[in-house]
Amino acid sequence: MFELIADPSFAASIPRFVTPILLAALGGALCERAGVFNIALEGFLLVGAFAAVLGAYFSGTPYIGALTAMVAGMALGLVFAEFNVRRGGDSIVVSIAINLLAAGLTTFFLRAIFDVTGAFSDPAIAGFSPIRLPFIEDVPLLGPILSGQSLPFYLALLSVPFLHVFLARHRLGLRIRAAGENPQALRAGGVSPKRVQLLALVACGALCGLGGAQLSIANVNLFVENMSAGRGWIAVVAVLLTRGRPWPLFFIALLFGAVDSLSFRVQGLGLAQQFTDMMPYLATLIVLVALSWWRARRAKGDAS
Amino acid sequence: MMAFDAGKATRSALPWLFTFLWIAAIILALLLFVGAPVGEALSGFWNGAFGGRRNAYLMATLSRSALIVGMALSVMLSFRAGLFNIGGEGQLVAGGLVAALVAVLMPGPPLLVLVVAILAAMLAGALWALLAGVLQLFMGVPLLVGSLLLNYPIRYIASYLVAHPYRDVQSGMVQSHLVPQETWFAYFPGTRLDIGILFTAVAAAFALIYSYWTVHGYQTRLNGLSPEFARTVGLPVRRLTLQTLALSGAIAGMVGAIAVFGIHHRYIDGMLVQPLYAWTGIIAVLLVGMVPWAVPISGFFFAAVQTGAAGMERAAGVPKEIALVVQAVIILFVASRVSGALTASRNDGDGHV
Repeated sequence: MFELIADPSFAASIPRFVTPILLAALGGALCERAGVFNIALEGFLLVGAFAAVLGAYFSGTPYIGALTAMVAGMALGLVFAEFNVRRGGDSIVVSIAINLLAAGLTTFFLRAIFDVTGAFSDPAIAGFSPIRLPFIEDVPLLGPILSGQSLPFYLALLSVPFLHVFLARHRLGLRIRAAGENPQALRAGGVSPKRVQLLALVACGALCGLGGAQLSIANVNLFVENMSAGRGWIAVVAVLLTRGRPWPLFFIALLFGAVDSLSFRVQGLGLAQQFTDMMPYLATLIVLVALSWWRARRAKGDAS
Repeated sequence: MMAFDAGKATRSALPWLFTFLWIAAIILALLLFVGAPVGEALSGFWNGAFGGRRNAYLMATLSRSALIVGMALSVMLSFRAGLFNIGGEGQLVAGGLVAALVAVLMPGPPLLVLVVAILAAMLAGALWALLAGVLQLFMGVPLLVGSLLLNYPIRYIASYLVAHPYRDVQSGMVQSHLVPQETWFAYFPGTRLDIGILFTAVAAAFALIYSYWTVHGYQTRLNGLSPEFARTVGLPVRRLTLQTLALSGAIAGMVGAIAVFGIHHRYIDGMLVQPLYAWTGIIAVLLVGMVPWAVPISGFFFAAVQTGAAGMERAAGVPKEIALVVQAVIILFVASRVSGALTASRNDGDGHV
């Protein structure tokens, strides 16, 4: 077990698993801070994964693939905003509908466009190739993690400090927080909270779309029905746990991604695949319990 | 006076008309995208949902609605009590798995095996739902995410059990052995519809009586409408929560048993997950804003959408996955017209994080 974790190729595989969770969670964080309870990250990721394959297949470059994924995610964000923000539909109901819509659209167009069911793989799907960072790749320990990863990973990594500063300092970031914490004040300032929420949802769609692209054209070069496989829900948990703060979110996503990666690795130990497959969800539950227990203890400590 | 009423009727009907037109336009756009002949697609839909030789497809719709309505009833009891139990899928899988394993492994007279298997399935579903309740009440895991996350472990446990220890190796598929043929649900005379739908009917009768006329049902509804009020007047909120979840889970578990004894006659990996029965049940409840008497109707409606889509695929080559899109679109449009009031109680309920 220990050798497995110490194995440098294990460390190098972590970013592959962290990226989709982190990007989806950052998108969810924007919504959370803007006062939109978006638990449809699973659907956003799925649509992103499909659109990425679509774009990469027809254009022949992964960049167009990622762009397609982001645009598709943004469109889904608009749909969410139309029904939740503008028409006032309940956010849980809208989220459940969006998740189903994503499952439906991806399977429908998988058959309508590529004429396959279940999975689509084709050599024409252009995937991201690893980016090697000179000098950094020679750093022991961190080198193999930071270098040789895909573009979405680096963008995800940069998004964390960016969003931190954005939410803390930037005018729009402040407006997003105001939309979540005190929409009346925002309205009094002459800004429509609904418009801010719409922007947050569109940005969330872009981030999730990129996360989906990581799943389908960076980790592998194919689309499988329902390939987000619960990662969007894990991202939802990460958002709830951190109340949408970027840095804590980063560490939670790192933890969940590492477990995801580990579960992939221990398959080699002869453990049945079903048990390794359930590890990320059990780990998520354990983290939820542990954090709530820790918070309760701290609250008790404060009171006495 | 008459004119006033007509105006009012127009005003309230108009948004629904627009909703209908929007949904029709989206369906039309999807049909045109795949280049399907619209007339044939629509008649194929109708035939697939309600027609067929000797009503065979109508029977298929009824058979499917036995499962969807069952899941909808399960979810309804939780939702009305303000509990966002979206783990119906896990409870369903737990029930189906246990039903199949008990029937395969237990010796004895078939009727006894059948009764024990169904009861065991209900118990399994109830326990899986209770687990989510315990996680919320005693470990601070919000039910919404706790119940959902629990869907995955049971899915993989079931998959493991029918892939390794209890696999029907000769079949070459990831599935359990067939349950004894004597335990299979009978078909209604002259049809291919099994009696599983009777179980759903009993569950529906129970759920309606429970929701409308029992003290317990009333108390849980109060808890759903206003947890603070329920607590203030001294209702045992925790106990009500756990009891409601157990009830929901038991119904979901029973639905799993119906699928085993009525349709598949064994547990096949993914057979309860892939058709999205649980999620369809959830949206069936949301479509009618949790009004109990309307839930069976809306469950039947969604079953018809799904079998109708299969008919559309046969008749006009439209991928049957269009059903999912249509269902989601309907819910999106209806969500803003029928208030579900789910999120409102998230803030002041036990859904703290």
